[in-house]
Amino acid sequence: MKGTLKRVTLSGLLIVLLAISIITGGCASESDSTGVPGEETYKIGAVVDISGNSSSLGIPERDTLQMLVDNLNENGGINGTPVELTILDNKSDETQAVLAVKTLLEKDVLAVLGCSSSGPSMAMINTVQSEKVPMISMAAASGIVEPVSDRQWVFKTAQSDIVTVNKIIKHLKEKGISEVAFLYMNNAYGDGGRQTFVSAAEESGIEIVVEDKFEASDKDMTPQLTRIKASQAQALIIWAIPPSASIVTKNFKDLGLSIPLIHSHGVGNQKFIELAQGAAEGVILPIGKLAVASQIPDSDPQKEVLEKYISDYTERYNSPPVSFGGYAWDAFNLLVKAIETAGPDREAIRDELEKTQGFIGISGVFNMSPTDHNGLDEDSMVLVQIENNEWKLLE
Amino acid sequence: MTGQLLQLLFTGLTLGSIYALIGLTLVTTFNVTGILNLAQGEFVAIGALLAVSMYAAGLPLPLTFATSILIVAALAGFLERCAIQTARRASALTLIIITLGLSICLRGLALLIWGTDTYSLPAFSGGGPLIIAGAAITPQSFWIFGLTAATLAGLYIFFELTYWGKAVKASVINRTAARLMGINPGRLSLIAFISSGALGAAAGIFIAPVTMSTYDMGFMLGVKGFVAAVIGGLNNVGGAVLGGILLGVLESFSAGLISSGLKDAFAIIILLVVLLARPQGIIGAISERKI
Repeated sequence: MKGTLKRVTLSGLLIVLLAISIITGGCASESDSTGVPGEETYKIGAVVDISGNSSSLGIPERDTLQMLVDNLNENGGINGTPVELTILDNKSDETQAVLAVKTLLEKDVLAVLGCSSSGPSMAMINTVQSEKVPMISMAAASGIVEPVSDRQWVFKTAQSDIVTVNKIIKHLKEKGISEVAFLYMNNAYGDGGRQTFVSAAEESGIEIVVEDKFEASDKDMTPQLTRIKASQAQALIIWAIPPSASIVTKNFKDLGLSIPLIHSHGVGNQKFIELAQGAAEGVILPIGKLAVASQIPDSDPQKEVLEKYISDYTERYNSPPVSFGGYAWDAFNLLVKAIETAGPDREAIRDELEKTQGFIGISGVFNMSPTDHNGLDEDSMVLVQIENNEWKLLE
Repeated sequence: MTGQLLQLLFTGLTLGSIYALIGLTLVTTFNVTGILNLAQGEFVAIGALLAVSMYAAGLPLPLTFATSILIVAALAGFLERCAIQTARRASALTLIIITLGLSICLRGLALLIWGTDTYSLPAFSGGGPLIIAGAAITPQSFWIFGLTAATLAGLYIFFELTYWGKAVKASVINRTAARLMGINPGRLSLIAFISSGALGAAAGIFIAPVTMSTYDMGFMLGVKGFVAAVIGGLNNVGGAVLGGILLGVLESFSAGLISSGLKDAFAIIILLVVLLARPQGIIGAISERKI
């Protein structure tokens, strides 16, 4: 009898534990709505990679969006109407992103912001195109907004791969480097970077002597790097995001490779440096101006906007913002500006977004057009080198 | 070229030892209880994450190491008492499903505590990588080799040379007969879970400087460890090590010489070949055995 009782108590305890973890686990991925229910509001949806492989991108984006919508509503919303923002987590997964955007559309949102990474963003395009809802992605791959004829409803705020690639190619040519190795992450981000880089390199006479890929979840990229070590490559270009970008950088250093290592803007966060544990020293990367705001000259048109965002964000979250948060800032404010003129009408909002000219954002100065739904050029980026775990302006 | 091949071999050995370690912990539980513990990968992840947190809080590395192993061992013991022991009369399949449930539960718990961030632990010993004939090998790899070798030796001695090891084997072969001989299978099962929890945590801490740690690292490691264990024959400690190293080396060579896209395909192909060549399969072997 005593034994049975003990067993019952123990299993009871376990059931309670299970229930707690299910309930709280469920909450963590639940939606997060800000706004005043019952009143007339402008509903905006966001699908962000809050958990999973791209969470280092999604979390600062979510925080930025929350901060912006709170500030906006405190100051009376858009033309006196409060904004209700629903942020959903896509768990860095394509399928979850589509489910999330469908949930948002059931809520009749005016527009959708998201996602943080290219794969989930691409996955949502079909849905927003057929439902005719404006979408502003915060991811990099050019394929998200190109060709514009099939992507009338899609915009994006992160610099397209071609902007970054041009910046890198310009640097390679200045250094007189003509043979390079190219490594990329096997997902939409890496593949987008590879396609753009390969065609741009061909045009400018740079030869890719080794090209290889790795998985986002890979723990050791030494085999790929070994091939590069045995090759003629004068520089290595890597298109990936942390944590795999940090691991490959660590492997690079452990192997004693001494050629210049150039990363994409996907490693534009402190986490990359932290996880690489010192191996990131000397890495060159193109980055938005946010990361080096204090180093850019006062004459830069973005200086004021950048400093305001940094001080607002730091005040609220006690840590400085990263470029991913900047993409969210741009997406949110571009949309707010479009709704200001267009009102609650999806088609008019889309038209306004496309007409955006000279919008000074965090990632650059946006000049959208019917053929360019990104609106950023090379001037929106700067090259930096990692020195003593910090970014130093290279130019 | 020799440098390149040697480099791939070193990488494969490091990866292989990691798989072998996880495989060993799976085999230990399986040998004693007849259960394939699918939550084993989670013990590895939680062990690593605990160590990262305690290290970040300023504890010295050896102390975080010991504490983290103790906590995970206690957790494993607690789970065995709550979930496995209470259901000990259920079929082996039910018990495996219970461990699957535990693994989801533990992963959820880790997500709540540590979030989705990636953490890393510094290497145990400083200094750069060792260069042998043009191929580099990091000091941490030697730590991993060492742990694998020590675990293998320890388990071999336990199962083959001690009275308790024989008792364990006996209770797997025939529980009732073992009971009649005065062996308490319930206690053995508890000990098996505690020690595989401790081993899992140790493996997690040793590999954290190489692989970094996230709340969901356990799943993929569990799968690779499982493949390693299956190649080795599931109840053979030496086999698990051999299986793990074979898997790691093949992965490394296929990624370095053929294409990195084929790497994971290799693991699955090996698993299929082994399962086809042994038609009794793992499930067949399991259902004959119970706690």
